[in-house]
Amino acid sequence: MKRARAEVLSVRRLGAYHAITLVAPEIAERARPGQFISVAVPPGRAYLLRRPFWVHAASRRGGWAGTFEFAFDVRGPGTAWLARRPSHTSLDVIGPLGRAFAYPRRLRTCLLVGEGHGAAALQFLAEELRARGRRVDMLIGGATLEEVFKPIEAKRLSTNLAIVTRDGSLGDRGRVIDVLEERAARWGTEVVYAAGPRDVLRGVARFCRERRIPAQVALEERMGCGTGLCFGCAVPVARTDGTGFDHLRACVEGPVFNAARIVWDRWGGTEDAPAAPLSAG
Amino acid sequence: MPRPLPVDLGGLALRSPIVVASGCAGTGKEVGPLLEPAGVGALVSRSITLAPRIGSAGPRVAETPSGLLWSVGLQNPGVAAFVEEELPRLVRTGVPVIVSVTGGSLEEFVAVTSRVHVAPGVVAIEAHLDRPDEELDRPSFCARPERAAEVAGAVARMSRLPVFAKLPCLLPDLGDAARSCVRAGVHGLTVAGGLPAMGVDAERGRPALGSVAGWLSGPAIRPVALRAVFDVARAVPGVPLMGGGGVTTGPEAAELLLAGAWAVQVGTATLVDPGAPARIAEGVAAYLGAHGVSSPADLRGGLRTGDGP
Repeated sequence: MKRARAEVLSVRRLGAYHAITLVAPEIAERARPGQFISVAVPPGRAYLLRRPFWVHAASRRGGWAGTFEFAFDVRGPGTAWLARRPSHTSLDVIGPLGRAFAYPRRLRTCLLVGEGHGAAALQFLAEELRARGRRVDMLIGGATLEEVFKPIEAKRLSTNLAIVTRDGSLGDRGRVIDVLEERAARWGTEVVYAAGPRDVLRGVARFCRERRIPAQVALEERMGCGTGLCFGCAVPVARTDGTGFDHLRACVEGPVFNAARIVWDRWGGTEDAPAAPLSAG
Repeated sequence: MPRPLPVDLGGLALRSPIVVASGCAGTGKEVGPLLEPAGVGALVSRSITLAPRIGSAGPRVAETPSGLLWSVGLQNPGVAAFVEEELPRLVRTGVPVIVSVTGGSLEEFVAVTSRVHVAPGVVAIEAHLDRPDEELDRPSFCARPERAAEVAGAVARMSRLPVFAKLPCLLPDLGDAARSCVRAGVHGLTVAGGLPAMGVDAERGRPALGSVAGWLSGPAIRPVALRAVFDVARAVPGVPLMGGGGVTTGPEAAELLLAGAWAVQVGTATLVDPGAPARIAEGVAAYLGAHGVSSPADLRGGLRTGDGP
């Protein structure tokens, strides 16, 4: 992990979300899909904790080399402050943090399932999987059209794409979980990657366990430090010897976990879409 | 190089008066150079029990105005795995290590201490006393001063290293507990730690923390810590005292030194910024320079009260 005073290149709207592009070559160079960064929010005492966000794009080559992007929805004073950052100011950023998604060694047909801002973690993954010659299908959703994360980008990145919204304003009406079985069967899915609220991840894990499809999930859990110091972001993960579970830290041992090893009944987790990616806003 | 600010805690020499508080230092492999080890006097390990503990269910943290609400439930690998794997890594960070020992019984405190005090690289022991006394079925070893002293004294007799008894800021008679522990033979005291607290998520009708009850840390508790440190420093003058609670800047650390602390523990600020302890130490150096004071020890208890100059 690196720490940087990163220059804000731009802050822009992405549907319901805001996206910030930062100049931070050491972080952009190292970031992998599934990893996150943490950003300090306004100097002062009222809101202390750094806010964690998925990295959804990182440029290592070309005109944008050394930049990366993260997205969030404004739900609290920290994210509201971030959304107002003028270009060319700087942010105190630590990253990349956490364990990235593992790429499949053999399997070729990947389905990326995301809902809400969680889908941000998958955009970067789609790029990297394609670069490794894997087929990428995507199933993304949100409450409304505005909450579907970068649908045009998803179209560009995927061989097959399904979009669902709870209100039916884009794609089919429903939740991603409602159409997972049918799409996975139709597309011949061999491996699943998922990100989003707890109920989505849990549904993905159950489906994949039944079908014996390997699945990795990128979790959102409330974090204290994001760097592994405080043991605040505990996720119950089954021991490999079958003797129960341990609490692993989402920030260093995750946020990507093997879906089959999460003890879902014991994960307090974030009940539903949290205020900001991984954090309290 | 940061300016050295040596302090002497009754024979325990530290290069800086700023110490990373228990539960905020990780396991030695997390933040690496971001901790800026050269500026840090010592780190206190997470609290270690005899057997491994998986800790409490999440959520374990919640943000409150100027504070961090938390409950980790003493998650730790148990003393054997700690000494084998985690402690050597903590020692390799280059920051002197104080090990926090705890237990549910006097026997457990002593057993953990017996494994830790001979381990290479440890400079002191901190006995974390504010946790349930399972032996006497009381909410805390600190519920009665004589019980806190009994346990702290047993740890002190077992240990070849200096032992600091860690007491919470909120006790009916903190000074009495401090005096009892000192009489029982501890080298020094730590007065720090979260205040009992909880949070409620009204939207979901649920407690904010998985364990329901938790602790409040961060700037919100600093005035409480100041009062506690001031009271203990007056109760046991001349006894090494580490104080902590919500410190995020050099001048705030100086406040605790003026109130009577010999060294200052920094917890929540380290979680927000792993470089905070070193930065706070630099802030203390700047404060000393600006006030024409040569050493942190010269601030100790220098609070001008009553009719003083």
